[in-house]
Amino acid sequence: MIEIEGITKRYDATTVVDDVSMVIEPRTVCVIVGTSGSGKTTLLRMINRLVEPTAGVIKLDGNDNRSLPGYELRRSIGYAIQGHGLFPHRTVAQNIATVPVLLGWDKDRIKARVDELMTLYQLDPQAYGPRYPHELSGGQQQRVGVARALAAEPNVLLMDEPFGALDPIIRTKAQEDLLAIQKRFGTTIILVTHDMEEAVHMGDKIAVMDAGKLVQYAKPEEILARPASAFVETLVGASEKPFRLLSLGRVRDAVEKGTAEGEAIPGDASQRDALAELLWSGRPALPVKGDDGKPLGRVTVDGLVKRAARPA
Amino acid sequence: MTLRFDKLGVVIAAIVAYAAFFASFATFRANRIVPGEARSIFEALPPTIGPLLLAIVVVAAIIALLKTPLVLRLAASVVALVALAILIGVAGTFLTPAGNTFARISPASGFWLLIFAFTLLLADVLTRLNLSPLARVGVLVIAALAIGLLLISGRWDSLSILKEYGNRADSFWAEGSKHVTLALGSLAAAVIVGLPLGILCHRVERLRAGVLNVLNIVQTIPSIALFGLLIAPLGWVAAHVPGAAALGIRGIGTAPAFVALFLYSLLPVVANTVVGLAGVPRAANDAARGMGMTDRQRLFGVEFPLAFPVILTGIRIVLVQNIGLATIAALIGGGGFGVFVFQGVGQTAMDLVLLGAVPTVALAFAAAIILDAVIEMTATKRRVETA
Repeated sequence: MIEIEGITKRYDATTVVDDVSMVIEPRTVCVIVGTSGSGKTTLLRMINRLVEPTAGVIKLDGNDNRSLPGYELRRSIGYAIQGHGLFPHRTVAQNIATVPVLLGWDKDRIKARVDELMTLYQLDPQAYGPRYPHELSGGQQQRVGVARALAAEPNVLLMDEPFGALDPIIRTKAQEDLLAIQKRFGTTIILVTHDMEEAVHMGDKIAVMDAGKLVQYAKPEEILARPASAFVETLVGASEKPFRLLSLGRVRDAVEKGTAEGEAIPGDASQRDALAELLWSGRPALPVKGDDGKPLGRVTVDGLVKRAARPA
Repeated sequence: MTLRFDKLGVVIAAIVAYAAFFASFATFRANRIVPGEARSIFEALPPTIGPLLLAIVVVAAIIALLKTPLVLRLAASVVALVALAILIGVAGTFLTPAGNTFARISPASGFWLLIFAFTLLLADVLTRLNLSPLARVGVLVIAALAIGLLLISGRWDSLSILKEYGNRADSFWAEGSKHVTLALGSLAAAVIVGLPLGILCHRVERLRAGVLNVLNIVQTIPSIALFGLLIAPLGWVAAHVPGAAALGIRGIGTAPAFVALFLYSLLPVVANTVVGLAGVPRAANDAARGMGMTDRQRLFGVEFPLAFPVILTGIRIVLVQNIGLATIAALIGGGGFGVFVFQGVGQTAMDLVLLGAVPTVALAFAAAIILDAVIEMTATKRRVETA
């Protein structure tokens, strides 16, 4: 659990982060979203003390994060940034091994961990381990950056616009990979982004920052349904709201009785994808299949449209 | 078939044509200070060898002029250079009257132009061959060995510059080692002081402009003026600081030369350290900090290795500059190859000037090639495919 209590950061006269308090539950993904200059990155960097707060306390599992020297604290927290920040003079394997080496793990343990992470990220350790970062594609570099952040098995992972430099197709894949790995390791992730789409997709909870203040901290549905201010409303995007709301739900939760013609859509797909398919193909209903391929029922345009309406 | 000309070849052929047919190949002087008389290739060489050399350079020039395969161009330049190197020695022996020890034979403008033209051709071929750094050093070693062999074999002994060397063999090596010690020693001192200073300037922004400005000003002081400026303070130190004089610190001599070279060396070392460190990607630095490296670990593990090629470039500048500048040290009794240069100027004996100048140029040239190779190796290690 991460408890942020009354955190403020001032540079001379400018207040960058203004009295922010929030609690991040363990094993969840918290997305901090805001425009540039909203203080979201500064807030993130105060958790691992790359920036020291002017006032306030941050507790990790009940311990003040100032109870350790900064560099020791940072070794226990994963850190991944936009543009990956890989060391160009070190190989992929050496990059991933950075924190384990700093922590003084023995060689075999480091090698085993590096191989495990590379395999997890679909990078063959034999082929890619000895390469240098510039020899990889952008997507591969980003994966190595996240693997490096996870190398020492941190409980908490801080990510500053980790997917910002990726093209849309690779970005979606990277987001899925991250969610899968978050489930597997149970890591608490705090992710900074300016992309509301990403926030809604990734976050168990979303913290919206504006001009240094935390304006709303809630589940995505809540943010979409009841934006706390005009600013949040704009950030959500009026015309996007119903679709974002739908993107949060799975098709299996919108299944109605009955059958329909055509190819079935998997129950795991998002309701937004189902609606898109319905609208595009001009049909009123789609059959839905479960993980085992058995029919579950159908989704209808009418049913989905009702779900896209503003919650009461 | 149409003939196609090589652009650089046109220049080379023009130089060769002028040098071979119009300029003089060697200069004959009755003794070391009288004005010389020009000798053409035909006059300077025995009747069978003169036309042979002419044929070699003309054929080589034609190969250079036309678009020809690289291997052929390489062969042409090497054959021409070797022939010139050997035959200038032959000319020396041929032109020296039997038993005459006063006569001086030296290479003249035509010879130097031919050497220049074919060196240009060779350099062009080597560039186009895109040699690896190690191969370039290899070429340098081969060239040095070849020249060394010619020197040892005595084929050049009849040339004026080696006659000057013969008269000063002992002091030549003594001054040579002094020259190298001055250049390398001041470089070492500059690196020891300059690197930490550069790192400090990088970390403390307020210091940066001040330090670099001061070093810039030092760099603009003419070397002779700097020697002069140092005489008073160093003389004072020698007189008033116990033990300083015993260490060899005096107003003139090696100490001020060393200090001056050191001061000139500081700017390139400090400036390149600052530029190199500033060029380290921000993201890499941020990641290093974010993953829990201490400042020291970040400096030695990330910043320094990434800045190293740029810092090395600064060291290369300093080394080449110091090898040249150390010549001036002779003016204030600092020793080095400059001793021969200034003696030669004083006696109007150009051969003696060359005895100081040629090894200086050769040293600087070799240092540049070696350090360029090292820089390329450190920089490419992480940029070239490892496969």
